[in-house]
Amino acid sequence: MENKENRAPISQKPHMVEKPAHPEHIGGSITVEINEKKITVPMGTTILEACRENQIHIPTLCHHEDLCIAGVCRLCVVEVEGMRTLQASCAYPITSPMKIKTSTPMVRKARRHILDLMLSEHYGECYSCVRNNNCELQKLANEYGVDSYTFGHVKESQHQIDDSSYSVVRDMDKCILCKRCVRTCIDLQEVGVLEAINRGDKTTISTFMEKPLADVICINCGQCINRCPTGALHEKDDSDDIWNVIDDPTKHVVIQTAPSPRAAIGEEFGLPAGHSMTGQMNTALKRIGFDAVFDTNFTADLTIIEEGTELILRLYKALVEKDNSVSLPQFTSCSPGWVKYIEHFYPEYLPNMSSAKSPQQMFGALIKTFYADKIGVDPKDVVSVAVMPCSAKKFECNRPEMDDSGFKDVDYGLTTRELAKMIKEAGIHLPEMPKSHFDSPFGDASGAGLIFGATGGVMEAAIRSVVEFVTGAKAEDIFEKANVLPVRGFEGVKIVELPIGDKVGPVPELIKHLVPNWDWLKGATLKVAVAHGTANAKKVMENIIAGGELASCHFIEFMACPGGCIGGGGQPIPTTPEIRKKRAEAIYAEDESLELRKSHDNPFVVQIYKEFLTDGPCGHKSHELLHTHYTKRGKYIA
Amino acid sequence: MQNRKNRKGAVLFTDYNRGRSIKKALSMSREEVLFEIKESKLKGRGGAGFPTSTKWMLTAAAKSDVKYVICNADEGEPGTFKDRVLLSEYPDLVFDGMVIAGYVIGAKEGIVYLRGEYEYMLDSLNEYLEVIRKENLLGKNILGKDKSKEGFDFDIRIHLGNGAYVCGEETALIESLEGHRGEARNRPPFPVNSGFKGKPTTVNNVETLAAVTKIIENSGKWYQEHGTDKSTGSKLFSVSGDCEKPGVYELPWGTKISELLKIVSAKNTKAVQVGGASGICLDKSQFNRTLGYEDMPTGGSIIVFNESRNMLKVLKNFMEFFVEESCGQCTPCRIGNVKLLEGVKMIERNEFTFNYINKLKELGATMQVASKCGLGQSSPNSFISILENFKDEILNTGLNSTSFGNGGNNGK
Amino acid sequence: MLVQEKNSLTEEIEKYVEELGKDRSALLEILHLLQKKHRCIPDFAQQEVARLLDIHPVEVFSVITFYSFLNAEPKGRNIVRVCQTISCDMKGKDNLCNAIEREIGIKFGETSKDNKFTLEYTNCLGLCDQGPAMAVNDRVYTSLTPEKAVEILNGVK
Ligand SMILES: Cc1cc2nc3c(=O)[nH]c(=O)nc-3n(C[C@H](O)[C@H](O)[C@H](O)COP(=O)(O)O)c2cc1C
Ligand code: FES
Repeated sequence: MENKENRAPISQKPHMVEKPAHPEHIGGSITVEINEKKITVPMGTTILEACRENQIHIPTLCHHEDLCIAGVCRLCVVEVEGMRTLQASCAYPITSPMKIKTSTPMVRKARRHILDLMLSEHYGECYSCVRNNNCELQKLANEYGVDSYTFGHVKESQHQIDDSSYSVVRDMDKCILCKRCVRTCIDLQEVGVLEAINRGDKTTISTFMEKPLADVICINCGQCINRCPTGALHEKDDSDDIWNVIDDPTKHVVIQTAPSPRAAIGEEFGLPAGHSMTGQMNTALKRIGFDAVFDTNFTADLTIIEEGTELILRLYKALVEKDNSVSLPQFTSCSPGWVKYIEHFYPEYLPNMSSAKSPQQMFGALIKTFYADKIGVDPKDVVSVAVMPCSAKKFECNRPEMDDSGFKDVDYGLTTRELAKMIKEAGIHLPEMPKSHFDSPFGDASGAGLIFGATGGVMEAAIRSVVEFVTGAKAEDIFEKANVLPVRGFEGVKIVELPIGDKVGPVPELIKHLVPNWDWLKGATLKVAVAHGTANAKKVMENIIAGGELASCHFIEFMACPGGCIGGGGQPIPTTPEIRKKRAEAIYAEDESLELRKSHDNPFVVQIYKEFLTDGPCGHKSHELLHTHYTKRGKYIA
Repeated sequence: MQNRKNRKGAVLFTDYNRGRSIKKALSMSREEVLFEIKESKLKGRGGAGFPTSTKWMLTAAAKSDVKYVICNADEGEPGTFKDRVLLSEYPDLVFDGMVIAGYVIGAKEGIVYLRGEYEYMLDSLNEYLEVIRKENLLGKNILGKDKSKEGFDFDIRIHLGNGAYVCGEETALIESLEGHRGEARNRPPFPVNSGFKGKPTTVNNVETLAAVTKIIENSGKWYQEHGTDKSTGSKLFSVSGDCEKPGVYELPWGTKISELLKIVSAKNTKAVQVGGASGICLDKSQFNRTLGYEDMPTGGSIIVFNESRNMLKVLKNFMEFFVEESCGQCTPCRIGNVKLLEGVKMIERNEFTFNYINKLKELGATMQVASKCGLGQSSPNSFISILENFKDEILNTGLNSTSFGNGGNNGK
Repeated sequence: MLVQEKNSLTEEIEKYVEELGKDRSALLEILHLLQKKHRCIPDFAQQEVARLLDIHPVEVFSVITFYSFLNAEPKGRNIVRVCQTISCDMKGKDNLCNAIEREIGIKFGETSKDNKFTLEYTNCLGLCDQGPAMAVNDRVYTSLTPEKAVEILNGVK
């Protein structure tokens, strides 16, 4: 994973034996025999890795590429010559020559037994499970021919389903205690909501004092869902409600689609990762019965203008007016997981948060005002749905303060997975759909909004605009093809410095009333940073608190999910670094294929400031509809 | 504390003046001390029987400034209480052994992991440590070791457990010391390379450390003369159950079960459980077997059952123990033990099939090889051995639900 | 919980952390001290411990639920633990427990209404040669008869 340094207990740190920097040096690699074939691997490679690299398939359940080692499901056991017991291949680093057999009668029997045992305690029917056909336990049981309940089967539910949260539902009847969610929550995300409690046969995964998920400090990022091998964790399903409103002729149902779902939804239909499905999705949504399909990228573009203006205002106040009360660096606020994280963990830094709403919520507020007015429908009859890669968006749209249109701004947050299910239910095979465009009045948006989906995307979009605003030059003249490569990629925390130089341009029309000129930025260096995954966010925050390098940044992008939204908690399962990379590539490729690649160039954005948000970015009207405030939640769990 | 009961034995239960072996060890080089231990062929007394000299050599060889000696006093195996006797009556042997271990491997800190059930010993043990600290058998520059060389610093603290059998497993113990749930670690790396706080650590049973003290006092060769060829020295046996004289006995390795039964005055014996709940159960025909690594290695728990006992109830008691005490992290152990216990209950209700019992025995075999730690690897032992050795009584008479024996006290 | 109680609990935990260090390895010792003093580790205390050791409250809770001698919910003033493991079982643990249940008027696993006793089974106390054995708080009693056990409990305050 991008970030090796996690909180995992010493016993679970990935590869306790350090891999040599140069495996080709003497002693750097070792030759082992796997299934009577000689294989040379770098010292410290696990048996599992060695096998996978040599096309030997070993079943795993607790193992996950993103997470530290657990070695608890025991499904991956193999025989090692000279050892009395079988060894868990996922947890066994090779440090000396050995003979390994991966498929012996003893191994096969053990694997079957383990699956038998898991199934004996796995309550619930496959056909009524969200993960039917995408369940690792089901798949393995099938592969290993476990077709009867050898050791019995629980007859009744043993646990109450926890559906208290808007986002994540926990059904412990289906839990096999692989602890991937625990390692996700504690080590990968460092949120620390889920842990194993009790011991022996009473062991289960639970929360602090076994409280409902809604009452603890869960940030709803849904990363646990993405890594759950079974249906024990899933998002709260809103699709039935949405079918109901679609079927209701009195309702005008609109849907906005975020950039990341389109880059991943193909996976739900059997396509390999990295296929963008924008046009097909538009058609499918219309066929399902949505009255209008909009591109969230439009409000992403709007976010750039609002958030960018806010940043400029903060900088102006701090640098020119010498106002000490201005909080810098400014933090992005479009990731609802991150928003809840900072509300819980660093509430004292809430003034640093941009007050701009997330694109989803901006759109929600515009749909029930500007749009409803435009098409002449009573906003109370408009139902606004958002397809998001995210489970936290469900919580976000239910925040009580998100009602600036006078109604609930966004009625439903739908994950990519739920949408795929709805499309399937409508009898549509997405890849077969013809392509179509987004609906007016918002139309197609810019590539800048599109790349919001990958970590670094918001920053890149902002840079493209700010650079043009301030220098008057074209972004393409500064960055090749306007691709701001330094902010891309999956490194945990990226810091980039952008010297502005001595040449500044005129202040653009849109914000002329806010700053007189750019002279005060001459020779300045804009310093920005990008962090993804809340564990990295924590690193950044701790660094800022300690007065470290990041404290001198001006603007920081935070995304709660590893990889950014393309790795969001509502995206197709499974997720791996490789898959996330493919999805990001799809997004960047689509961006590069577009004419329109800068938020401020989006004609509909320009138009909305003329027509509706007439007092400009960060003006009165936009503050009313497009900006929000935050809640100091703190960590204490009452 | 110091009132040694009138115990008789050849090696451990003998006279000893505290500090004597420390003094001797410090006058030798680390290699010389190791050589004596190697010569003694001492094997770990905690149950696994790993050669102590090898363990120490590996820890000594591991590169690190900080190393730890841990004394495993978690003694949780049903029917074991010898470590309690050693700690309360022979603390000198145990703590001197720890100091010697620290000297050999290059540790400055020793930790005793004392099970929570023994909290009542904590104060007196701490007082004892204070006494030997005053005598400079502990602390800075122990016994003012040779001024020309660097002094040897070593101190011991006692950590109290909180009630979890699995914490006796050395890596679970270390996890527990680090403030985690007592869940066994993946190996490798082994504690000798990466133990407490990731530092090289040697974990030894109380009795192992006591034996070290005696070996250094009297030489490895002397120790080797006790016991048998492969099982040198003596062993403490914790004997309980149906016998007139339960208690801790020091006997040479190589003692036969039948001899031991005579010593403890057991009458009408039907079965002997060797090695506690995770050990195996012998029937009469096996009483001529010998205790020792050649035949019956054991941590020393001996539980005697007379003719009146219902072996199914015994087995049920063991399985209930494991279901509760499994740490619950790995599948074979967590669910496997539940299934074995369910099987026992089926037999109890006369609702079993031979076919299913055989399937459970196969499951037991899987647990023995696929579980993450020694708990799950050994918990099926009694299931398999009791059902094998007492097949007729349990599976072929159908009497389980009625007969109980001895006033019906050995079941719940 | 009253603010005052919270403050004094925080102070107490801060003192422990000062003595034992902020490393996670101090966790079980801190929990042990809290358990001893309060007979349980209330949720507020768990969160304070978590805060001071820089770990998550759920990790503290997870550890507490793992160990038999730690509990988050309050128990009786005196915890009576009777050994249920084989050797004590064979020496008449059942009779002992029946007598205790009759006398105190609650079942094993329960706490008496006046909070005086919690009755629990425990696994091997390491007193197998002197069974049946029982622990009341951290004192142990061996070679018990039902009568003796009841007498001991009657003498407990
Ligand atoms: C479930 C389980 C419980 C154990 N309990 C103890 C124990 O209570 N005391 C002990 O010394 N060793 C115990 N062991 C063995 C230890 O893991 C380890 O092998 C031993 O402490 C090493 O010391 P030795 O080499 O001196 O025997 C246990 C092992 C397992 C698997
Ligand atoms: S995948 Fe190796 S133990 Fe679970």
